[in-house]
Amino acid sequence: MLKINNLHASVEDKAILKGINLEVKPGEVHAIMGPNGSGKSTLSSVIAGKEEYEVTDGEIFFDEENIEELSAEERAHKGIFLSFQYPVEIPGVSVTNFIKTAINETRKAKGLPDMPANEMLKLIREKSELLEIDRKFLSRSLNQGFSGGEKKRNEIFQMAMLEPKLAILDETDSGLDIDALRIVASGVNKLKSKDNAVVLITHYQRLLDYIVPDFVHVLYNGRIVKSGGKELAHELEEKGYDWIKEEVNA
Amino acid sequence: MSKYTEDDLREELKTKEYEYGFYTDIESDTFPIGLNEDIVKAISLKKEEPVWMTEWRLEAFRAWQEMEEPDWANVNYAKPDFQSIAYYSAPKSVDPNKTLDDVDPDLLAMYKKLGISVDEQKKMNNVAMDIVVDSVSVATTFKKTLSEKGIIFMSISEAIKEHPELVKKYLGTIVPQKDNYYAALNSAVFSDGSFCYIPKGVRCPMELSTYFRINQGGTGQFERTLLVADEGSYVSYLEGCTAPSRDENQLHAAVVELIAMDDAEIKYSTVQNWFPGNAEGKGGVYNFVTKRGLCEKNAKISWTQVETGSAVTWKYPSCILKGDNSVGEFYSIAVTNNYQQADTGTKMIHLGKNTKSTIISKGISAGKSQNSYRGLVQIGSRADNARNFSQCDSLLMGNACGAHTFPYIEAKNKTAQIEHEATTSKIGEDQIFYCNQRGIDTEKAIALIVNGFSKDVLNKLPMEFAVEAQKLLEISLEGSVG
Repeated sequence: MLKINNLHASVEDKAILKGINLEVKPGEVHAIMGPNGSGKSTLSSVIAGKEEYEVTDGEIFFDEENIEELSAEERAHKGIFLSFQYPVEIPGVSVTNFIKTAINETRKAKGLPDMPANEMLKLIREKSELLEIDRKFLSRSLNQGFSGGEKKRNEIFQMAMLEPKLAILDETDSGLDIDALRIVASGVNKLKSKDNAVVLITHYQRLLDYIVPDFVHVLYNGRIVKSGGKELAHELEEKGYDWIKEEVNA
Repeated sequence: MSKYTEDDLREELKTKEYEYGFYTDIESDTFPIGLNEDIVKAISLKKEEPVWMTEWRLEAFRAWQEMEEPDWANVNYAKPDFQSIAYYSAPKSVDPNKTLDDVDPDLLAMYKKLGISVDEQKKMNNVAMDIVVDSVSVATTFKKTLSEKGIIFMSISEAIKEHPELVKKYLGTIVPQKDNYYAALNSAVFSDGSFCYIPKGVRCPMELSTYFRINQGGTGQFERTLLVADEGSYVSYLEGCTAPSRDENQLHAAVVELIAMDDAEIKYSTVQNWFPGNAEGKGGVYNFVTKRGLCEKNAKISWTQVETGSAVTWKYPSCILKGDNSVGEFYSIAVTNNYQQADTGTKMIHLGKNTKSTIISKGISAGKSQNSYRGLVQIGSRADNARNFSQCDSLLMGNACGAHTFPYIEAKNKTAQIEHEATTSKIGEDQIFYCNQRGIDTEKAIALIVNGFSKDVLNKLPMEFAVEAQKLLEISLEGSVG
């Protein structure tokens, strides 16, 4: 589904990613871990197509298509979803209105008509129940005055509504208390299928207790320096990142 | 008469060897350029006005001559040469050979986006219309409904002839002839406009002017509106049109006077979309408008405006809260793009006790434009327990535009409660990227953000107008973020 070859990327001429190789197949859950500043969020932004990041070398394939020339919205239309670490506020635009626009714009790109209102309402009801979201929440302005937990739950709600092929969850666990974490994680688990894939970007192992990864990669200084199964995450939790740094620098 | 040229007329005006009557000989429908007492008289005569009206105009003209064009607003433009303007031209007639194919394709494309009907498009471009039974019968039905309720709604020229006692009683009582430079000019030379009178206790059953649009055609550049809501009555009035108006007259100076008597309520909604000039800032209408309403006891006036057009806008719809417990509201969205300049806001003059006013102003600036809010909240010494709430929000797009807020507060009564909130925000790349990531392209993302920002004001517009206005905002800002 996602294949990244020797990816180099920089922002404002500063090299951040220095040769990433990664392959994600349908049905898989990958976790990308690493110390602060290792390039985790950059990787997610580059896959999603944020313009400030310049790909200086290497390729990203999504469903066998090189997506380098595609805009962020075109990538979204193809089924790439990014759950933001810091979701932005849009005052005066309700959660419902926003997601309705997102869904209909995606349908438009595929040559489909707008989703009929009753279908939309049904979908909203279904997905908000799945994520234990109070319906009143949906008429509030997008992310405005939301708590950390509400913001993240809203991200996962949008993911549930858009049903992407590839979901990249950037630090979805940060700022969540344990209850919120459980709700968010169970939402992600319910949405998982053999046809879609999840990439979890996280600093801590905590989230991985709830969403169990098939693969764990350690990102350090712009490269994936170590890959393994879920036990690698436990090792990192115990020993921290220093031993990885030492190994790399040795 | 075979041929009578403007030069001939100018010559006659110069030599002054004429009496009023000679104008009936004029075949040309446009007066010579320039402004003097004779032109003012000629306008009045052409419109077959009574002597008192002519005198009223002349008084205004004499005052105007002594006045100076104000320059305190935060706008820069080449001052118009008032002697190089023609002050009267008859409504354009329908050209039987013209079809919509002759109309600027850009304009047609915009009509399409706004969803303006073909008939309306024809009307606006002086293209002959097919006879549409529906709209004719609708108009007739509504006219009948209005007259049954005793509502007078007609052009001000007609009203001067048919209801001189009403016009004479109220004209200039809210915006006096000498009020300001542009109001004085308007008073002297106003071309046409609307007159509306709602009798005591009558609730006007429809949004006025939605169906008639009597102020659409041929009112020219100096529009005059007078609206009187008698005790306990209610009216909602819509002015303007979302369709782009291209007018070769660069200067527009309108005056609107509202009178809400005891317990009456007036809702006045405007969408202004005059030609803003091209992307380089060439051309475009100068819009200098004086709008003011008077509230008697327990009365309420709401101004709602969506300003997207004009190269220069100078406009402060105001409320004089004279009666106790009266309420004034001002809801505004002003959009400037490219090289547009807007200096707009309101004045809330609290004179009565327990008077209340609300101001919500949303300024959106893009391109190289300048957008200013200027508002005065004045609490008189006898206005016990007066309250005001003002909120002025500015939204910036790009780095080359400006947003300015000039709030003035004058309180002469210790019991006054005045609140002012202001915010300035910028459409951030992060917001755009967030939308993009959800499959929403940049254009649509801006529309979404702008609509969210303007929602509080859009909600105040009558339903049909709100939908049109929302589309208009999107179109006005198209291409403003690269």
